[in-house]
Amino acid sequence: MIGKNQYVTIKGTRDGLTLYLDDSCSFDTLLKELDKALSYDELDVVESLVRINVQLGNRLLHSDQEDQLRQLIRQKNKLVIQDIESNVILKEDALRWKEESEIQVLTKTVRSGQVIEVTGDLLLIGDVNPGGTVKATGNIFIMGSLQGIAHAGMKGNVSAVIMASYMNPVQLRISDLYSRSPDYETEGVYMECGYIDDSNKIIIDRLQVVAKKRPELNGFERSVLNG
Amino acid sequence: MAEAIVITSGKGGVGKTTTTANLGTALALMGKKVCLMDTDIGLRNLDVVMGLENRIIYDIIDVSLKKCKLKQALIKDKRFDYLYLLPAAQTSDKNDLTPEAMIEMISELKKEFDYIIIDCPAGIEQGYKNAVAGADHAIVITTPEKSSVRDADRIIGLLEQEEIEPPKLVVNRIRNHMMKTGDMMTIDEIVQVLAIDLLGIVADDDEVIKASNHGEPIAFQPKTKASISYRNIARRILGESVPLQSFSEEKGMFTKVKKFLGLRD
Repeated sequence: MIGKNQYVTIKGTRDGLTLYLDDSCSFDTLLKELDKALSYDELDVVESLVRINVQLGNRLLHSDQEDQLRQLIRQKNKLVIQDIESNVILKEDALRWKEESEIQVLTKTVRSGQVIEVTGDLLLIGDVNPGGTVKATGNIFIMGSLQGIAHAGMKGNVSAVIMASYMNPVQLRISDLYSRSPDYETEGVYMECGYIDDSNKIIIDRLQVVAKKRPELNGFERSVLNG
Repeated sequence: MAEAIVITSGKGGVGKTTTTANLGTALALMGKKVCLMDTDIGLRNLDVVMGLENRIIYDIIDVSLKKCKLKQALIKDKRFDYLYLLPAAQTSDKNDLTPEAMIEMISELKKEFDYIIIDCPAGIEQGYKNAVAGADHAIVITTPEKSSVRDADRIIGLLEQEEIEPPKLVVNRIRNHMMKTGDMMTIDEIVQVLAIDLLGIVADDDEVIKASNHGEPIAFQPKTKASISYRNIARRILGESVPLQSFSEEKGMFTKVKKFLGLRD
């Protein structure tokens, strides 16, 4: 039995080792215990690299503390940190997370010169007129006609999509890609969706296609998982 | 209860001043006491369109700087007693007027008049802010051109941020034959994009230009199409429900009968 002391427990799984670190002691004590626990000779016998999952319990680590922890584990040969998990996160992170995974509902006409910017997904009930702009860090759903500019995934989310009941945009932007309308006048299309396809271009396709292309749009967890 | 109505458009040259002059005239013809206010400081036109240029002694800037009393600056129309004009200054610029001064003047005018019609300058800067400051209602003028509709949309967005009732739309300079051929936006398309109530439509009529060059608003002539349009708008402002004009009167009797019988023309 390797982890016999009280603050550090080591368990072996198929994916490697999992370190359960107690959350009731001080961080310094924990580091000492961990150092001791990992110094057992038995680890040296293992030939290939061992992946480590660290479970912190209800302990929150500052970034410098996390660095210390990573450094300590890295010092031991053959140990590779795969993941560090904690049950708790900072309140501000949680709020940001919540914001990013929420759908903001807006009922208005976005007129020429107006810019709407939201964190998370945007559900607009109304039109985006020529010259108007909507931006979201997540997806954009427009129940109305999109005749201005829509920018989804503006902080780099390439899997974001833009949907509109009537699609005749001046520009579509997803992440850092953009596509513009052709130079001749177009009629626009009903119930379509813009997304980035495999060739790294924004394409507009039927709404129904998106279910296959972006299955993660289903359910609430998608955004939390993506977040 | 007096009402202050601002006539605005964003874009220049769509007919704000003409509309102001004609709506004022039409309302006055219906027995309302009307004051027209020109806020286009530095580029005043309303006095010329009304043919009252030669009567200006004091202007709106003189009033706001308290160089004269409001009543001294008001010019009575030469044709009848119910219509007055408060002219803009020609030598100052838009920053010499403040929204506060406008609110003060309008509240004073409201004691005397039924309707105060404010002619707004083009643009969305200080001049626009002044013009909108004291208004209760707004009328947005557009022509069936994309650029004009775009600017109207911008103005409507800005008006929505003001403490003012939702603006009403007037589509000016309609050329029926171009709408039919699809070379111009139709009224339906414009209303759909702008998503506000349509107050009236005015045909593009050479008579309007002729009349305003004579300093005589077209609304005085009872028979022209544009005059009827302006009078209809005035009646709608007074709360009457007047159906929109049809501009396709030149259709022959035969098509009318066909239409009546439900056949497509």
